[in-house]
Amino acid sequence: MTGHPAARPIPTDLERLAGLAIVPRRYYGRWVAAAIILLLFAWVVKAFAEGQIAWKVVGQFLTAPAILNGLVNTVIMTACAMTLGIVLGVLFAIMYMSPNPVLRGSALFYIWFFRGTPLLLQLLLWFNLALVFPRIGIPGLIEFRTIDLITPFVATLLGLGMNQGAYTAEVVRSGILSVDLGQSEAAKSIGMTRLTTLRRIILPQAMRVIIPPVGNEFISMVKLTSIASVIQYSEILRNAQTIYYANARVIELLIVAAIWYLAVVTLLQIGQFFLERYFSRGRGERRSRQKANRGIAAGGPP
Amino acid sequence: MNAQPAPIVVAHQVSKRFGPLLALNGVSLSIAPGTVQCIIGPSGSGKSTFLRCLNQIEKIDAGAILIDGELIGYRRVGDTLRELSDAEIARQRLATGMVFQRFNLFHHMTALENIIEGPVTVLRRSRREAVDEAMALLARVGLTDKRDAYPIEMSGGQQQRVAIARALAMRPRIMLFDEPTSALDPELVGEVLAVMRDLARSGMTMIVVTHELGFAREVAHDVVFMDRGEIIEQGPPAQVLLSPQQARTREFISAVLT
Repeated sequence: MTGHPAARPIPTDLERLAGLAIVPRRYYGRWVAAAIILLLFAWVVKAFAEGQIAWKVVGQFLTAPAILNGLVNTVIMTACAMTLGIVLGVLFAIMYMSPNPVLRGSALFYIWFFRGTPLLLQLLLWFNLALVFPRIGIPGLIEFRTIDLITPFVATLLGLGMNQGAYTAEVVRSGILSVDLGQSEAAKSIGMTRLTTLRRIILPQAMRVIIPPVGNEFISMVKLTSIASVIQYSEILRNAQTIYYANARVIELLIVAAIWYLAVVTLLQIGQFFLERYFSRGRGERRSRQKANRGIAAGGPP
Repeated sequence: MNAQPAPIVVAHQVSKRFGPLLALNGVSLSIAPGTVQCIIGPSGSGKSTFLRCLNQIEKIDAGAILIDGELIGYRRVGDTLRELSDAEIARQRLATGMVFQRFNLFHHMTALENIIEGPVTVLRRSRREAVDEAMALLARVGLTDKRDAYPIEMSGGQQQRVAIARALAMRPRIMLFDEPTSALDPELVGEVLAVMRDLARSGMTMIVVTHELGFAREVAHDVVFMDRGEIIEQGPPAQVLLSPQQARTREFISAVLT
């Protein structure tokens, strides 16, 4: 390096320059993009409004008893299957990470099997369990006819829940792995057992990583329940189909079902937002808090 | 020195291996109650590993450790040593409190929640009693106004002082410090050392792995210099730090001071 390039002269009215008003940058591209998107949207809305859709029929069936009944069944199944899935997921994630080879092996097998076969096949397997075991129970003590026990509800719950558990196990495992090892060392150092450490220290922090994908899967589950129509579980889509087989208003009833699915998913998304905020306490809002701290540090004494 | 009290910590021929690396090679050390034992040495010398073995975060491969006369990690049955259960090891850890280099405060809890977590969930004390005691401890480390702050909202020095309060809340017999000031900005080291000095004055038995030779000279009753998993030199701070007998100790101390 040989010397610096000649410096530009400093403006003489530096005082005035520092006091000039600031004009924010203009984003013309955004306005153009917004206009195009609005136009496209208006065109789609117009098409649907003028199309061969009897909107009166949509409004009429939106609150029909069969539809509402299906909606309730869909919501109940989503909640039950996800609960089963999350419980199994946590259980198998912990088993998978256990030093005990028997537990680890079992978890590995479970995840391998339920992730490795199609959900539809699993549903059919559960539904037809009576073909394999006509009666189940503890011999001599209590026994049921399988056909009475495995109703469409039970078969769907087992199928969806156990399949979900295999996926959630991997999500929970990645959440647990995301927690710094120093956290469990600190927990040990205050005399916590492994189980207490998991419950009080590791899982609450893993939730931050677990919630977004599980929320995603929750939303998937709402729609996955529709697959249960093949084994006669009367969720909303199946009930909508039953109606349009009778009245031939196919699109209208599909729109009714779509509206309800969107409504349920919207509620879930709102719930997820609040859950995420709760579990990111002490972590989230990092940026705004740091800014606030910096402000205090700059103003206050050291 | 007459009528010496029984040592509260006895390590006898302790060895620890990490794969091919011999992290501790026959370390023997006795510590009298109420004393401050500093351990110095280059990184990788095994000093932190030794501390983690005392707290059973690491398992030793050979030798024996007794804390307050109790064999750590094993039960003697005839001529064999039986490994203790998870719950029994957790109970034994109550004798020692640990302060980590990287603080390791529970991120999802406020300062106060960090301190009462052990007393409430492990010792099953009432929450009110635990909170009262935690507030006294926060006052002792000078952080009463940080009771509702999350770790991320505190400086490193403040986090480490809360970590000390968290360990003290379990009323341990011995406090272990694993390079407690190494991760701190230089201007924050003083506040943590002040809390530790205060703790030493109160008569707490302390084992401190540190690079703060000034602190060791001022507070320690005894200093150990470790290198490559072995104790090279041991004695009063004036001797080990100011006129070391071993060449390796001299080398280390002059390297730290320059």
